[in-house]
Amino acid sequence: MALVELRNVSKIYQLGGEEIRALDDVSFDIDEGEFISIIGPSGSGKSTLMHILGCLDSPSRGTIQLDGMMIQDASARELAAIRNRKIGFVFQFFNLLPKLNVVQNVELPMIYSGVSASERRRRAMAALASVDLANRSRHRPSQLSGGQQQRVAVARALVNDPRIIFADEPTGNLDSHTGEAILGLFRRLSVEGRTIVLVTHDPEIAAVTPRRIEIRDGRIAEKIDLTLAGLDREAPTIPRRPAGGGTGVTQ
Amino acid sequence: MNLFNTILVGLKEVWTHKFRSVLTMLGIILGVASLVGMAAVIKGMENGMKEAMIAMGGADKVLLQEEEVPSHQQHLADQAPGRTMVDVEALRRSAPLLRVVSPEMRVSGVVATRGEKMAMPSELCGVWPAVVDMNLHTLAHGRFFTELDEENAHAVCVIGTGIRDELFGAPEDVGREIIPIGELVNLNGQPFTIVGMFAHYESEQEKKMRELARSKPPETRAGPARQRGFGRGNWAFWRKNYTMYIPLNTAWIRFRAASGLDNIPDPRLSDIDLKVGSIERVDVALQQARNVLMMTHRGIEDFSFRTQENNLESINKQIRNARLSGGFIAAISLLVGGIGIVNIMLASINERIREIGICKAVGASGLAIFAQILIESVVIALLGAALGVGASYGLVAILALISPSANAPLITPLAMAIAVAFSALVGVSAGLFPAWKAARLNPIQALRNE
Repeated sequence: MALVELRNVSKIYQLGGEEIRALDDVSFDIDEGEFISIIGPSGSGKSTLMHILGCLDSPSRGTIQLDGMMIQDASARELAAIRNRKIGFVFQFFNLLPKLNVVQNVELPMIYSGVSASERRRRAMAALASVDLANRSRHRPSQLSGGQQQRVAVARALVNDPRIIFADEPTGNLDSHTGEAILGLFRRLSVEGRTIVLVTHDPEIAAVTPRRIEIRDGRIAEKIDLTLAGLDREAPTIPRRPAGGGTGVTQ
Repeated sequence: MNLFNTILVGLKEVWTHKFRSVLTMLGIILGVASLVGMAAVIKGMENGMKEAMIAMGGADKVLLQEEEVPSHQQHLADQAPGRTMVDVEALRRSAPLLRVVSPEMRVSGVVATRGEKMAMPSELCGVWPAVVDMNLHTLAHGRFFTELDEENAHAVCVIGTGIRDELFGAPEDVGREIIPIGELVNLNGQPFTIVGMFAHYESEQEKKMRELARSKPPETRAGPARQRGFGRGNWAFWRKNYTMYIPLNTAWIRFRAASGLDNIPDPRLSDIDLKVGSIERVDVALQQARNVLMMTHRGIEDFSFRTQENNLESINKQIRNARLSGGFIAAISLLVGGIGIVNIMLASINERIREIGICKAVGASGLAIFAQILIESVVIALLGAALGVGASYGLVAILALISPSANAPLITPLAMAIAVAFSALVGVSAGLFPAWKAARLNPIQALRNE
């Protein structure tokens, strides 16, 4: 059984009497230890997909199995517990709490899972050490650079030892050099055996993952599964497809 | 999320917005201060009133009052005998449930003089020795009247310290206590020998202040000496200190024997005070007294009893009313404070929508967010309450300066506990709506919020 199994998942919004299908009958699996990217232009439904996979939202139709549990009908409270224990998030805008210092930010998920104070501090410091920021534990997020903040966010995502990590445009707010470093960090985590889902609009970034799922208009447009093609853990460059179907009409 | 952490985060939130928080708390601070201050003032009032009541003779004292005859006996009104020595003797003999019967014959318009000095007694009464027990007097010097004084209507008197202060000089002015036993004073020109003097009566508050004044070096007073005011409550002690007693028979023979209409002797007493044997049996004892008096008054009901219970009741009623109005005002103030908290909590969660979204994304349940906001609200309310309790001490100190000394406000722990509990309640109810609003935020939308 795969770590995540999506079957015929749809998300439908009602907007002024009009039905908008943000996700339309999507099915795929994510195996344990996979490094996968979900790619698609803005408005394609990739964020909706990530929210549903990340238990921030529930699908309108279809079933999702995560780590042996069916979660499509889970209550908000159950979803919160799953997010807390099984899922780590890394966001484009880092999303650290400005009033807490670095180590307190990393401790935050453990506060909601009821870990004792000393154990919290120990694990938070270990997580910070794994992203090379142990010496900045007392700093405020605002005193750190973007790359450092994103590493704190990664440490926070790791600290409850989740089954799967979602990174939503993790390099979107960083310069290319720092972005490279963050992607390198994810690659390292993947090698260590973490399951990581990278959500991006940028094919170049998606290119670091062995497997890509492309979302277009709420549907899976293309699956490139290099694991099956025997190109495991490689980061090949794929030919860029011109946007908009490549008609090349200029005005 | 454990409670301690939540409280800490709440405190941090308050600390980050110090000015805003203090403004928010102001309602609670004022509410608590007014509640505690009001309770303190009322407590002071109550103490003053109760002290005064005891100074007037204690709880087991019953006044036998003259009363208009009831309407169905109106035709007998001119035969109403009034309260006389006949009643006193009858009660002493036939009403064993009464412990003390004390007749008083007040002589009005008497001025006590001694040389150049003069004093107006608060009351000049002809009395039996029973009056000492009745009015809870303490004889500090000399003796009280003997049976011989009564029998022979001796021209002797027992005075309070106030009279001594006027005629011989107060210890504060003279520097030593004058005990004028054996001295002569003139009562409307008739010489009387002072045979005894009562102790100086004062309220607890006055006593403290006097002792304080003694421990301090005397201040040089500029301008004319002002008379010490006697505010509510103090008058009872003032009155008691200006008492002057003479034997009942002396009052009768020397002052009252020709005081009635057309110089006909007026045998009516101005007061008959009773004390019952046991306070639990007041009703029975008074029924007995009533039966006896109905005999001596030949069925004409021209009297009534006034117990201190009535007095106590009226004191309690006043206290209750004062509490009610004061509590109402304080409650409104706390309510307004609560609305302030609702307002600020709503503003605060609006500012923190994104933070709440982050917390939810990393696994905070709605309940955890709800508890967080609720506890913050309670923290603000309780901080306000703590400051309010502090402020109430200041308020009470100011009130103490402007209120009569006998009614010095007294802060009670109970009032504080009630005020703090009420603030906590306000904090909880003020936090409910914002906390509910925060708890049901959608994490995705919250994260998108800028």
